[in-house]
Amino acid sequence: MTRLARGGLVDRSVTLSFSFDGRPMEGHPGDTLASALLANGVRVVGHSVGFGRPRGVFSAGPEEPNALIRVGADPMLAATTVELYDGLEAWSLRGKGRVDLDAHDDRRCDKGYLHCDVLVVGGGPAGLAAALGAGAAGARVILVDDQPRLGGDLLNSRVRLDGAPALDWVALVRARLRSMADVRVFSRTTAIGYYDHNYVVAVERRPRGERLWHLRAGRVVLATGAHERSLAFPGNDRPGVMLASAARTYANRYGVRPGRRAVVFACADSGYEAARDLLAAGVEIAAVVDPRPRGLALDGVEVLAGQVVTGTTADAGGLLTGVLAGDRSFEADLLAVAGGWNPAVHLFSQSQGRTGFDEDLQAFVPRASAQGERSAGACAGRYGTPEAIEDGYTAGHQAATPMSEGGGSRVPESEGDSSRVPEGGFHVPVSDEPAPRPPAALWLVEQGSGDHSFADLHRDVTVADLARAAGTGMRSVEHVKRYTTAGTGADQGKTSGAVVVGVMSALLGAAPGQVGTTTYRPPYTPVSFATLAGRDRGTLSDPVRTTAPHASHVARGAVFEDVGQWKRPRYFPREGETMEQAVLRECHAARTAVAAMDASTLGKIDIRGADAGEFLDRIYTNMYSTLRVGSCRYGVMCTADGMVFDDGTTARLADDHYLMTTTTGNAAPVLDWLEEWRQTEWPDLDVSFTSVTDHWATVAVAGPHAREIIQVVAPGALDLAFMTYAGTDVLGVPGRVFRISFSGELAYEVNVPWWYGRSLWDTVLDLGAVPYGTETMHVLRAEKGFAIVGQETDGTVTPQDLGMSWLVSKRKPDFVGKRSHTRPDTARADRKHLVGLLTDDPAAFVEEGAQLVLRMYVGGDAPVPMLGHVTSSYPSAALGRSFSLAMARDVAVGDRLVAVSGETSVPVTVVEPVFYDPGNTRRDGRQAMPAFSGVMGECRRRSPAEAYAARFAAAGSERVRLREVPFERMWEVRGSDPGTGLRLGPDWWLVTGDVQAGESWVDVSGQRTVLELTGPGALDILITGCPIDLHPSVFPGHAQTLLGKTTVLLEKIPDGYRIYVRSSFASYVSEWLLSATEG
Amino acid sequence: MMLIECPHCGPRDENEFRYGGQAGVSYRPEDTSDEEWAGYVFLRDNPKGWFHERWFHVHGCRTWFSVERHTLTHEIRKAP
Repeated sequence: MTRLARGGLVDRSVTLSFSFDGRPMEGHPGDTLASALLANGVRVVGHSVGFGRPRGVFSAGPEEPNALIRVGADPMLAATTVELYDGLEAWSLRGKGRVDLDAHDDRRCDKGYLHCDVLVVGGGPAGLAAALGAGAAGARVILVDDQPRLGGDLLNSRVRLDGAPALDWVALVRARLRSMADVRVFSRTTAIGYYDHNYVVAVERRPRGERLWHLRAGRVVLATGAHERSLAFPGNDRPGVMLASAARTYANRYGVRPGRRAVVFACADSGYEAARDLLAAGVEIAAVVDPRPRGLALDGVEVLAGQVVTGTTADAGGLLTGVLAGDRSFEADLLAVAGGWNPAVHLFSQSQGRTGFDEDLQAFVPRASAQGERSAGACAGRYGTPEAIEDGYTAGHQAATPMSEGGGSRVPESEGDSSRVPEGGFHVPVSDEPAPRPPAALWLVEQGSGDHSFADLHRDVTVADLARAAGTGMRSVEHVKRYTTAGTGADQGKTSGAVVVGVMSALLGAAPGQVGTTTYRPPYTPVSFATLAGRDRGTLSDPVRTTAPHASHVARGAVFEDVGQWKRPRYFPREGETMEQAVLRECHAARTAVAAMDASTLGKIDIRGADAGEFLDRIYTNMYSTLRVGSCRYGVMCTADGMVFDDGTTARLADDHYLMTTTTGNAAPVLDWLEEWRQTEWPDLDVSFTSVTDHWATVAVAGPHAREIIQVVAPGALDLAFMTYAGTDVLGVPGRVFRISFSGELAYEVNVPWWYGRSLWDTVLDLGAVPYGTETMHVLRAEKGFAIVGQETDGTVTPQDLGMSWLVSKRKPDFVGKRSHTRPDTARADRKHLVGLLTDDPAAFVEEGAQLVLRMYVGGDAPVPMLGHVTSSYPSAALGRSFSLAMARDVAVGDRLVAVSGETSVPVTVVEPVFYDPGNTRRDGRQAMPAFSGVMGECRRRSPAEAYAARFAAAGSERVRLREVPFERMWEVRGSDPGTGLRLGPDWWLVTGDVQAGESWVDVSGQRTVLELTGPGALDILITGCPIDLHPSVFPGHAQTLLGKTTVLLEKIPDGYRIYVRSSFASYVSEWLLSATEG
Repeated sequence: MMLIECPHCGPRDENEFRYGGQAGVSYRPEDTSDEEWAGYVFLRDNPKGWFHERWFHVHGCRTWFSVERHTLTHEIRKAP
């Protein structure tokens, strides 16, 4: 054991048991795994990735290149960054870890979003002073620090401030920060990325898993300190070779003696400080080797000035036994290397700040900031504790009271004189540190023992490798990095980067400043994918949208298909049925009796205004201003390039009121599209759009017997003519029925508000309709030759290509896409167009995606002209055979082609694309009707989160309560201010509750449900998913924004928040909130 | 993650918005040559420097607006 009897910040009264490679060991709270391993006499922690050489602990922080270990499910961690805990099991690695996909990972990671005026990164002297300076000026401050306790390098040193231990000063500052209400301090939190507009991402290590903080700051103070560097000399990788600052840290902070007898290689004066501290810890110092012409005096220690370490000796196991310096040789088990310091400019560089090489410090330092940022203390090259404290305080105070400056960041307004230091000023303590001299400009010892000189320990890259890169003509460090892999290890070159630059400058005869550094990229330290994913995994990985009857589909054993974020039943298999059998049965029911489909996912847009008809004329290829009130019309809309964008049926409900339907996947893009044209091109038109997709639940009832269902559920719609609409009671509640057909059969689309959707669906099925899914819907429409946007079309297909010239108005002066239809490429005659295909063998089947060619080809025929491709292909119950739709060029009805898919070639004949009932004789169905004799089920309303009531109640605690506020009446109001409700946009309001609705208000009661999150912990939950600033001083009371991965309207109420969410997202948000409440 | 000032909602994260491409490209379908029309449909500027561009606050107030953004530094300023 090499644990010292006293000293350091470990709690010797508590013993923690852990194991390394199966060997039981003990440590104490306050240890890292690395310090505990050293305390247990472990000198070889792993082996190197290339040569397999034994390696020991090299550093005491995140820059560690050697001591990489596996801990539990984490395949590779730096032992220097792992806090020791009882029961920890660590395993050594050879240079790289391997993910064990079977490893159990019970971490619960999440995210957090916070905003502040001033973000301070680093809790050392500069960072603490910066937080104090900013906090004293009244700013909202966040300080993040990666260590378990504040103090930065003061934790590792024996420096005294104002004659007292430096940690007394730290405690004083910490107490003052605690007293400031708007200062938050996060320990164990590593800032890993600095992005645009002062967006900093940090990982907080919490007991149950990491939290990924997303921090938006007005100003950032970087106080990230400096890393000590090594240099390249023969045998510089032996276990026992360690950074001098690390040796000193193990002695001072962890009470561990890192060696028995040491040589210190002091290219910088910090080596002498380390030597003093090691002496104090009982380490014998054999010699200090200082390359500079003059050394410093050190009691009783031989100082070799003007000399360098030229090699090391090792025992049979590779452990350090001695150090060579020219013709001198010293027995030693520790070589402490003080190569000089590199300001930790990683985050600064990520922020796009520009660094420059400082000749005095022999290091790259921040030169020009790119954002609202300032580096303070050691990371700005200002070493020395008082200097760092003074610099930090000034930086923090200035950041809290900025003069107006350019830059993309948000700068908080401050009151009063912006540069005034608070009354009483700030006392900068006096330290006992000597002023450091410039370090030696030494990166490489060229003469020496002949052993490998390592530049990058983790990647096993040697000086010889770098010389080989230079020898091939490489001059850029970016090329050298990629050729040698130097700097690409888990430590991302934190200790090696400067060495590589220094060695390259020596090899190329250029100054380090000319060689430059490689690009610093996030993350600063490795981050696990589990951390990045947070809660967005499993069922929450992407929002799942469900319809009102969803639970009924699940109970019926539906097989679902993902359509966008929706879950849609694809088919409803009966016991033992394959998909093909189920679909044939469902098709048969729709063609011969009656079947029903949940069509709620179709996009529905309520369009109002005096110019609504004119607007639709400009968007659709056909006419809508002439549509009779009460009628429906099928339409296609194009993008400006003339290609089909979406299709659907639009009904005219009143002179100035239309209801548009869109495809399921395009509901949001179409709404955005309409809004774009209205706002950016035609602001003079009086028209507004309101999504009612989630307000209405829709059941399509199709088949010759459909009237028998309609006479029960919506008797008022019984006499509807084809392509007309009726606003009528459905199951006794106000609904809408459209007589439109996507199958060629008599069909109705029956709409009720979401709350009644489940009841409508269950009733329709109870009345005898056979449920069918999207697969049957696809077959039925294909039999009729109806194209599906996104299946027959792919963004390169015009309405004319689909055979829909009849739908493209010749009379209208313009519609979006019209001009492109006369472009030469769009108008040419040999474009692919929609055709039907029949296989010669009725039992043969053509795969969707099959290529169409003229005949059977053999090898050597290449290139083969490709005529088109199969877009839809199904077996058909009605036709008693397979059939296909295809897009093909230069073909006509009667042509014989071959459909090629993989190894299969199927002979086919081109036919008209309408396979079933081309005369449309079936759309009026069966007129005769048996009298209804059944009993209609109860029409019960259900709220979207009804199923969660019990789980919400169970999740409640003193901190937080969760419930649904069901059945709120809601209207969206456009245009002029209704004088009540929540303003959602410049001319957009949401009115809720028991009020008298205005005439033009759109009833959206079913569109959203309200979830209420209350209690003192409500805000803490919301900040784990809501990116906007919810601080009471900033949050305006309500806002539309994101929660998790979906849009919500958030409203502050006295004891918490109301979350308005679209009904189809209610399950997602409920699950998300429950997960967040569980922590 | 850029911070974009919505004229109605104030500063919001970039992922609340949809990008709308170059601003000031007006829709003039009438009396254009095929070449001019192809320019409207397919061609946009791609400068290194300040760029006048449109954004749509899709997850908020659903307002279209335009700003100037520096394509190299991502600085954003109000469009003149």
